Amino acid sequence: MKYIDEFRDGAIAIGLSKKIASLINGHDEITLMEVCGSHTMSIYRYGLKKLLPSNIRLLSGPGCPVCVTSVNYIDTAIAISQNTSAISNSGRDVLITTFGDMMRVPGSSSSLEKERAKGASVTVVYSTLDALHLAEIHPDKKVVFLAVGFETTAPTIAASVIEAERRGLKNYFVLTAHKVMPPVMKALLTDKELNLDGFLCPAHVSTIIGSRPYEFIARDFHIPCVIAGFEPLDILQGIYMLLEQIVKKEAIVQIEYSRVAKRDGNPTALALLDKVFEPCEAEWRGLGLIPGSGLKLRDRYARFDALTVFRISEFGIRIDSEIQNQQSAINGCICGDILRGVILPTDCKLFKKICNPEHPVGACMVSSEGTCAAYYKYGE
Amino acid sequence: MQLIINMVNKILAITLAHGSGGKLTHELVRKLFLPCFNNNALSLLGDSALLNINGTRLAFTTDSYVVKPLFFPGGDIGRLAVSGTINDLAVVGAEPMFLSAGFIIEEGFEMSLLERIVGSMRDTTALTGVDIVTGDTKVVESGSADGLYINTCGIGIVNESLNLSTSLIEIGDKIIVSGTLGDHGMAVLSERESLGFTPSIKSDCAPLSGMIKKILASDAHIKFMRDPTRGGLATTLNEIVNTQKYGIVIEEQTIPINDGVRALCEILGYDPLYIANEGKVVIVVSAHDADKVCEILKEDSLGRDAAIIGGVIPEPAGKVCLKTVIGGTRIVDMLVGDQLPRIC
Repeated sequence: MKYIDEFRDGAIAIGLSKKIASLINGHDEITLMEVCGSHTMSIYRYGLKKLLPSNIRLLSGPGCPVCVTSVNYIDTAIAISQNTSAISNSGRDVLITTFGDMMRVPGSSSSLEKERAKGASVTVVYSTLDALHLAEIHPDKKVVFLAVGFETTAPTIAASVIEAERRGLKNYFVLTAHKVMPPVMKALLTDKELNLDGFLCPAHVSTIIGSRPYEFIARDFHIPCVIAGFEPLDILQGIYMLLEQIVKKEAIVQIEYSRVAKRDGNPTALALLDKVFEPCEAEWRGLGLIPGSGLKLRDRYARFDALTVFRISEFGIRIDSEIQNQQSAINGCICGDILRGVILPTDCKLFKKICNPEHPVGACMVSSEGTCAAYYKYGE
Repeated sequence: MQLIINMVNKILAITLAHGSGGKLTHELVRKLFLPCFNNNALSLLGDSALLNINGTRLAFTTDSYVVKPLFFPGGDIGRLAVSGTINDLAVVGAEPMFLSAGFIIEEGFEMSLLERIVGSMRDTTALTGVDIVTGDTKVVESGSADGLYINTCGIGIVNESLNLSTSLIEIGDKIIVSGTLGDHGMAVLSERESLGFTPSIKSDCAPLSGMIKKILASDAHIKFMRDPTRGGLATTLNEIVNTQKYGIVIEEQTIPINDGVRALCEILGYDPLYIANEGKVVIVVSAHDADKVCEILKEDSLGRDAAIIGGVIPEPAGKVCLKTVIGGTRIVDMLVGDQLPRIC
């Protein structure tokens, strides 16, 4: 397949693998973090760790949108699906639309998949436009889209809100839990338990935001950054570029994924984001509240905000972080430490014993991009 | 700790994933159906039950079809209902003889559609010389079913001297697939979601009994066969190695996949190894006979793209490994969750 097979060439992979090994032969252990879940999956799917020397340690970061979605958010979505809300009183007029990954993420006591089995209307869509279409053909339903994801997906949700306004739809709402990457990367750098030597920066997020938002990492923290694509050769090349910087004791932001990602990003998408959303504090599963790391709808679009419209705060379903931590302590789930890259899934006493993809305890086991799911599925 | 295990793993309600053919389906079968219906024929969990009636070896199987939409590129629910049951008989080495057909129809269902579907069943049975000899019709009120569901049962006769079992598999045996993977699942998905993919991906839905008869008639030492339907090749191979003292390694480079299926899987993030097939068979054969079996398959229009994709290895036992295109290796696990509900 054109533009895919070229980036999966076995002979070039072996060549890169040898170059990497000779570049850091005899060097102390080097810890690199692949921030994005798609990198994690690609590394496992292609068995890339076997092509890297033993003195490279790869850590998976918090870049799996499903994994970092809070328990609170899932509980809110479930509450809306059950219609324990002010604007409707029968359980049948809300239709929750979501990307498939969210279905099985555990809330405090249930998941959307389980709620659907009990009769809630929950539909998996492939695009926000599908959700808009559902709102259009079901004017009697309140269609709520679960807007989860990073800068890559957020512009498509912004576009759907603008389009809903243009079409005059009054029954389309979004429940936003959008997050942005640079603030959480900053939070990781100030974590004393984590000693990182370099960041493999997200590919698709960077096609939107460009490379500028990472420049403070190289400048202020002296940590090399390389934006790499998701294909196996992209990742190997990205790692090689990081190692070159580390060996030369440099720290700059480089773009390996230059065929798509540019320094200034995608101005159209950025303008769309800015028009519809504004930054806010956001809750990350396992990491807590991080200032400026989320996106919320601007006041002008408040009528599309499910959180406002369904007046969730009146229903007392909020679970504060303290209680969440207690729950984690009871069931032993250490998703948070795994998301921070401090420990590996195999260090978790629940891993494979109680927590598996059929019966996930934590979100890292649910998402196809989750670190625990990758370890489980690909037998690390 | 035990308390938590019980708490976490207890099935409280059926979810779509219990019907996926993957891990949760296996769990449901193992925890509910097997202990309840407890008998020797069932406990083998073959594609068909093998029965001995007065010295005649019979294969007996059933399958229900709930595919949505009812018509898709390359087939329809009628062709699927006949092919699927014939294939379940054929892969245990049986010559399919008779089928039953049960129809659950929603009130208001258009007669012209029913005629098309029944005609398609007739045409598919005609390809194989199998007769539909008994049936049942039920109609439920509007809203109680989604158009039409079909159940078929099949019986076939197994040659006395034939022996197919995972216990015959030895280190060094080869794994063959009879053609490209993932066509059915992706065809149904792109039709259902109106993805407008061109050229459209066609389902491989077809009865395989004729082709399988040819390879069984050769003197090749075939050890085991299974049709990789729900859960795809990955799940089928895991079922083969499960609890065995051997493992399987497959080479990504050699696995036949249509470009259209690959492209759609790339776009949507699916792994073709887990996508359902309805006209393919996985064959475990002695290394000596592998090329011969592959050649026989290739002579048949349904086996044109047959390929040897891997072999049986001692370690890791009970696991399926994949050598990736770039030279890495990884484990291929059974399907978890439901990638695509209602594809068959």
